[in-house]
Amino acid sequence: MKSLGRLLAIVRKEVRQLRRDRLTFGMIVGLPIIQVLLFGYAINTDVRDLKTAVANQANTHLSRQFVAELEQTQVVDIIATVANAGQLEDLLRAGDISIGVLIPHDFDRRVADASRAAVHLLVDGSDPTILSVANQLRSMPIAFDVASDTARGKMVVGGPSGPIELRPYYNPERRSPVNIVPGLMGIILTMTMTLFTAVAVVRERERGNLELLINTPVSSAELMIGKVVPYVLIGLVQLALIVGVGQLLFDVPIRGSIVDLYLAATAFIAANLALGLFISTAAKTQFQAMQVTIFYLLPSILLSGFMFPFDGMPKVAQYLGELLPNTHFIRLTRGIMLRDATLVELYAEIVFLIGFALIAMTAAALRFSKRLD
Amino acid sequence: MSNEFAIEARGLSKRFGSVQAVNRLDLNVPKGQIYGFLGPNGSGKSTTIRMLCGLLLPTEGSATVLDTDIPGDTRALKPRIGYMTQKFSLFGDMTVFENLQFIAEIYSFPAHDRAPRIDALLQQYDLEQQRDQLADTMSGGQKQRLALACAVLHRPELLLLDEPTSAVDPQSRRDFWARLFELADAGTTILVSTHYMDEAERCHRLAILDHGVKVADGTPDDLQNNTGMHIVEVLADDPYRAHAALSNIPDIASVTQLGIRLRVLIPTTIDDPLRLVDSNLRAQDVQAHAQLTSASLEDVFVAVTLTPRERAA
Repeated sequence: MKSLGRLLAIVRKEVRQLRRDRLTFGMIVGLPIIQVLLFGYAINTDVRDLKTAVANQANTHLSRQFVAELEQTQVVDIIATVANAGQLEDLLRAGDISIGVLIPHDFDRRVADASRAAVHLLVDGSDPTILSVANQLRSMPIAFDVASDTARGKMVVGGPSGPIELRPYYNPERRSPVNIVPGLMGIILTMTMTLFTAVAVVRERERGNLELLINTPVSSAELMIGKVVPYVLIGLVQLALIVGVGQLLFDVPIRGSIVDLYLAATAFIAANLALGLFISTAAKTQFQAMQVTIFYLLPSILLSGFMFPFDGMPKVAQYLGELLPNTHFIRLTRGIMLRDATLVELYAEIVFLIGFALIAMTAAALRFSKRLD
Repeated sequence: MSNEFAIEARGLSKRFGSVQAVNRLDLNVPKGQIYGFLGPNGSGKSTTIRMLCGLLLPTEGSATVLDTDIPGDTRALKPRIGYMTQKFSLFGDMTVFENLQFIAEIYSFPAHDRAPRIDALLQQYDLEQQRDQLADTMSGGQKQRLALACAVLHRPELLLLDEPTSAVDPQSRRDFWARLFELADAGTTILVSTHYMDEAERCHRLAILDHGVKVADGTPDDLQNNTGMHIVEVLADDPYRAHAALSNIPDIASVTQLGIRLRVLIPTTIDDPLRLVDSNLRAQDVQAHAQLTSASLEDVFVAVTLTPRERAA
């Protein structure tokens, strides 16, 4: 009986303390709701609206009909029409499209000839899901007359290659580490960098160091930037480790410039550190800071295009995803490492990261008060 | 603008929600003196010190600290003051030397003078043995010496010390005060809060705070000579019964037991305090000897912190 009384005393104490920790209390309610929503939005195996460009060199009635049917599947969203394969490849490398549809001028003749592929799908193989979706497109029939069953049947039962040929770019062997490692860099850096600075200010507040620091001539900006700089270097070391292990053990290529990769990573690391610092100025305890970091980490995994193809996600999830630094960083790493893209081609992503870092840093410095009240 | 006072506060007030932590405090701290803040926990000492160094914004009133207006931009003030927090606030995972070095850098202490200054402080504050020891592993007294060394490293004109001796033994306290006098002799103004009477007695001047209100202000001697109370010391065989016999007597302001002695405070409006005490003791058949004595600072404290009803008695 006494034991039960003591046990209940502990339970009551925990509940009481929990109720006073408003943020934790909010997390108890908010975390499941918001994360389920995010998961629900993002986990969507029937991928739709993959950004696609078409180079219709045949430009015949049949080829136009094929393109229209392709669009009707809703798997692809045709955002551009170009002249040749080279232009498709450029768009692919810049990450503007996931699929390029190349229709050669002798399309009509090829359709009739089962031994030759009538259409080439140039697919961004740096995302395995896109590759498998594109694979399903191959079973699409091409027919002279949609109404004619015989004609359709003839086309579907094409040669062993089928009328539609898939050309996976950047990861022809379809090895998953090649896709995973560039994305994983973003996840790992998001987790470690944000957490480092998220607890930085809170820890000093808890230990009492902050009361001493804010009474010295050090300014808010000096304190904030001083806290970020060492971690940028740590982040770059982490990057080197991931790239090194990826190359040594998994043969993950770096087809683009390593300098570009490090520049992109520096902007990304700064963005996460600055966000962590902002979290740190808002959180009251280290525990709260960690909770908020995890809260931010989950969408960075789910909505960034790491787990599911970005274009395949519903619009709401895409808008949310666009706000996450990891979304932009994954585009950069996949572009630079797998598609030999340059920072110039991917400038929009790096501009976002730099902007994010500056805004978060300013917000943190403004929020950080050199007073106690 | 040169001024004989390091700190002048006018109606300084701070309210936290429904709690009035500091209530219309006026304060004049002369330069080069040790000024004490005496009061129990929660009397507003820490809040006042924090307002004076710009860490808290006063809800009402203002102050001038070393020619800097408060509330206002306190950036110019920071390099001129040294602040020792109530709780140890240096970096526990850095060594004594590293902490001193950090403070020297953050206060932009001239680079070529840093090493000799730190060496001198290590010697002066008896920390040479602990030079490479992590601050967290030191004793309370050692931490306190490090905190003071860090607070004075940049040679501030004004030192604000918030209960600096609350975590140390009596010997360390004596040594600490010896160092404060050295600093004051060298021209530093020191505002120190405490709840120890013996420390308050060492101050050049002191203010007594109670529930956020300043209830007395002056030199220790002045305060002891102007309590407005007769102090009667009662030596009784049974101090407990003597205490009971003297309690709840309208003309007796306060009875405090100190070992076998009682200190009885009776307002000076009563002409014959000894007879009052004797008659009350006899009435309860208590054997005791009563005599008049001079006020200690503790008596001052008791006298000024009586509630108005008790004081009127």
